[in-house]
Amino acid sequence: MHYVNIILNAVFIQNLALAFFLGMCTFLAVSKNVKNAFGLGIAVIVILGITVPVNNLIYTELLKKGALGKWLGSSLSDVNLEFLGLICYIGTIAAMVQILEMTLDRFFPALYNTLGIFLPLITVNCAILGGSLFMVERNYNFSESLAYGFGAGLGWALAIVALAGIREKLKYSDVPHGLRGLGITFITVGLMAMAFMAFGGIDLPE
Amino acid sequence: MAKPTPKDVLFNPIFNNNPIALQVLGICSALAVTTKLETSVTMAIAVTLVTGLASASVSAIRKFIPGSIRIIVQMTIIASLVIIVDQVLKAFAFEISKTMSVFVGLIITNCIVMGRAEGFAMKETPWLSFLDGIGNGLGYSVILIVVGVIRELFGSGKLWGIEVLPVYQAATETDPASGWYTPNGLMLLSPSAFFLIGIFIWVLRAFKPGQTNNDPTL
Repeated sequence: MHYVNIILNAVFIQNLALAFFLGMCTFLAVSKNVKNAFGLGIAVIVILGITVPVNNLIYTELLKKGALGKWLGSSLSDVNLEFLGLICYIGTIAAMVQILEMTLDRFFPALYNTLGIFLPLITVNCAILGGSLFMVERNYNFSESLAYGFGAGLGWALAIVALAGIREKLKYSDVPHGLRGLGITFITVGLMAMAFMAFGGIDLPE
Repeated sequence: MAKPTPKDVLFNPIFNNNPIALQVLGICSALAVTTKLETSVTMAIAVTLVTGLASASVSAIRKFIPGSIRIIVQMTIIASLVIIVDQVLKAFAFEISKTMSVFVGLIITNCIVMGRAEGFAMKETPWLSFLDGIGNGLGYSVILIVVGVIRELFGSGKLWGIEVLPVYQAATETDPASGWYTPNGLMLLSPSAFFLIGIFIWVLRAFKPGQTNNDPTL
């Protein structure tokens, strides 16, 4: 039940895109049609599902205070490498994206052709790095971070597909001239964020 | 394109080619930290410094970076600078650094920093790149500070933690009623940031019609 709660919390209540504004650049740029949005959404779920647990291992086994001592003798048990966190996480993310890209290319060419163009975009997507940073801030353990990574990705994917659906319909509306394009998209996202805030009232049982 | 002069490079991004409103870069972190003026200003300074220094460093070694791994090299430079900013904030402004939580770290993935390093610093000299980075950082700061002022002023009646609009408080047994302003709670919540940036873009485009996007799909 605890893990279901983490997933639900990440999908609805603390949605990365709509509550924390993460991954906005790609969120706005790729949400013009549902098909592309869906592809990017899947890619984000996969990458978040992999990188958050991997970064969790890096954090707890290498960077955290005293973690090095476990591996290399007690003389290092005072070493605290947490300040290296940012550079390690972004390195892991870049490497994971690269590996995923090569694996897909080799074994699933059809999937690679659909997702391929989105993968490089994902390295610089703040939702991915944000996922890892939130994991550290909330002190999740390995299995919790697995659930969190998946849930956070799902939430982001849900938000971008929903926005793409709205924008497809919006093409037929008569929007004021200066507001056309980016302006109206921002306001739409604002309204979506407001709707998602309603989930904040949900009280998940512990 | 004409050779860019230092003045153009520094001032163009502020209004004519604003990174947030026109290039749609770096909005990720722009929205989350603007509930208070104090955090907005901190974020603005941090991003401006990181963009300027990252562009300068990338530009200084641009001739030695192999094309195929340039993204990783840029990423490493940016990440190191952000770590410095993060440590400085933790040491000298711990309270602010706590409120901003993960968003300091997210400067790494702020598209402005990356975008300027890739789009400008890889081609130009260090001094010009530095000015370009600072200019874009300032363009970002303008929007951040405007949004921060509006949100803090109307959301809690304060500016920089000092009460500007006296907040209404009902009379109690000891004190008479005071103040007149009822804070607008929406301003402190996330959707208001989207509305404000949307309106900001609208105003900017109303004054500079050339920037209007006629493609309805974008």
